[in-house]
Amino acid sequence: MDPKIINCRKISKGITSGEVIITRDSLSFLGGVNPDTGEIIDSKHELFGKNIKNKILVMPSGKGSTVGSYVLYQMAKNSTAPLAVVAIEGEPIIATGAIMAGIPMVDRPEIDIFDLLHDGQVVEVNADEGYLKII
Amino acid sequence: MHLTKEEERMYEGEEGSAVAKSMEILVALGDIYGAEKLVSISSAQISGVSYKTIGDAGLEYLQELSVDAHVRVPSTLNPAGVDLEIWKELGFSEEFTLKQQAIVEAYQKMGVSTTCTCTPYLVGNVPTLGSHIAWSESSAVCYANSVLGARTNREGGPGALSAAICGRTAEYGYHMDEARKPVLIVDVDTEIQGSDYGALGYLVGNKVGGGVPYFKFKNHPGTDQLKWLGAALASSGSVALYHVENVTPESSWAKQYTLNEEIETISVGREDINETRATLTTSDEKPDLICVGCPHASLEEIKQVADLLKGRKIKNMVWVCTSISIKAAADRMGYTKTIETAGGKLVCDTCMVVAPVEQLDYKVVGVDSAKAANYVPNMCGLDVVYNELENLIIYK
Repeated sequence: MDPKIINCRKISKGITSGEVIITRDSLSFLGGVNPDTGEIIDSKHELFGKNIKNKILVMPSGKGSTVGSYVLYQMAKNSTAPLAVVAIEGEPIIATGAIMAGIPMVDRPEIDIFDLLHDGQVVEVNADEGYLKII
Repeated sequence: MHLTKEEERMYEGEEGSAVAKSMEILVALGDIYGAEKLVSISSAQISGVSYKTIGDAGLEYLQELSVDAHVRVPSTLNPAGVDLEIWKELGFSEEFTLKQQAIVEAYQKMGVSTTCTCTPYLVGNVPTLGSHIAWSESSAVCYANSVLGARTNREGGPGALSAAICGRTAEYGYHMDEARKPVLIVDVDTEIQGSDYGALGYLVGNKVGGGVPYFKFKNHPGTDQLKWLGAALASSGSVALYHVENVTPESSWAKQYTLNEEIETISVGREDINETRATLTTSDEKPDLICVGCPHASLEEIKQVADLLKGRKIKNMVWVCTSISIKAAADRMGYTKTIETAGGKLVCDTCMVVAPVEQLDYKVVGVDSAKAANYVPNMCGLDVVYNELENLIIYK
């Protein structure tokens, strides 16, 4: 298969590639993630018990307290942050947090990526140009 | 989003990394909310100050940013987690206070005024009618939009700081006329006073969510009453703007939209207000700590507390939360001495919501603010009693 390019909107600059971890649940970084490990600690979340450290986090959106922006920044300092964030619809908390943390982020992929992507798949996120490439 | 040549240069990092990062945040927020451009601001008010809320992550971010960031417009801070001067006397820990001081110092280094208050409009940060600003404390946002007629969205802490550093914010939402139109008429068919305003705000905030209510009152509220109303509206709902017929500066403009037959009208009576007052109380016990000044007390409110306590001794502790500027005026007027002689305290820089009150030895907090009654149980895990100050005090 040829590498597939999916156009997105750029939110937070940067280019990276890595393995996908995908969820259909929105995530609150405050109270939802352990910033020391990168583990999801919200027991009601689909990814409960899994780790987002060094993954390309694909999710519908962020939610919860605005302090979540700082949590994402702290994860980057602790080297427990995701490599990049791909959201269906970016919202201010994750977008601000991603920029503070220097994590590439895009949103609004032009096609339904839940049907296309699966855990462990390797993708490139180019948030300077605004696209996602399945490698 | 369209950027000017100067803004492009800021975005590309020609004015340093702090400006570049801040511009990136403003542009991302603008894109998310569908803004077409940035707009110059004349004032900023920045939340995300208490160590209790932003923690080590916030402290580290601010310290890193403060290396080369400087604000371009007059900016003030939201309340911190402790009284920065008498923290020890109030029982706050040294560990917490040191972290708190470091946060405030980082802001100071960026040129932000360290008067930590949720009522910046009482201490000289007073935007004019129609001016664009970036404020983040929800009750202050409500006051600025509604009572002053300035224009701001409910900015998050990092967003407001980015706006202050760039002197701009994304133009969307309450910066535009469209979002300032009323969506609900609230006909208050009873005379209200004191903490009725908070109860009314709490009730209407729940109903209107993020919409703009248009009030018709039987009486003429003053600035303190409008402050309590807005704080409650912004805490039970996410109200950023309300109009009061013949009182607030944009109400005559807003009135034309209330004539539209499709706009919903609700009527609020004495019974509704009393019911709401009852739901804001979580305990039958007498409070061992009373906190007034949410939002931070004006000089007039402090005078009223002093009048009440003059020549008497109180059994339960009373905190009157305010800013250092208003306290200085209260000191000179003798109000501080009167309150302290009775056994109470003027507490500056902080409040019952953002201070770690749960670490002190209090169990039930008495409040006359619906916003405080809404937040204290969750933020501090303590019970609250909602009533007028004179009904909360126990005299010796």
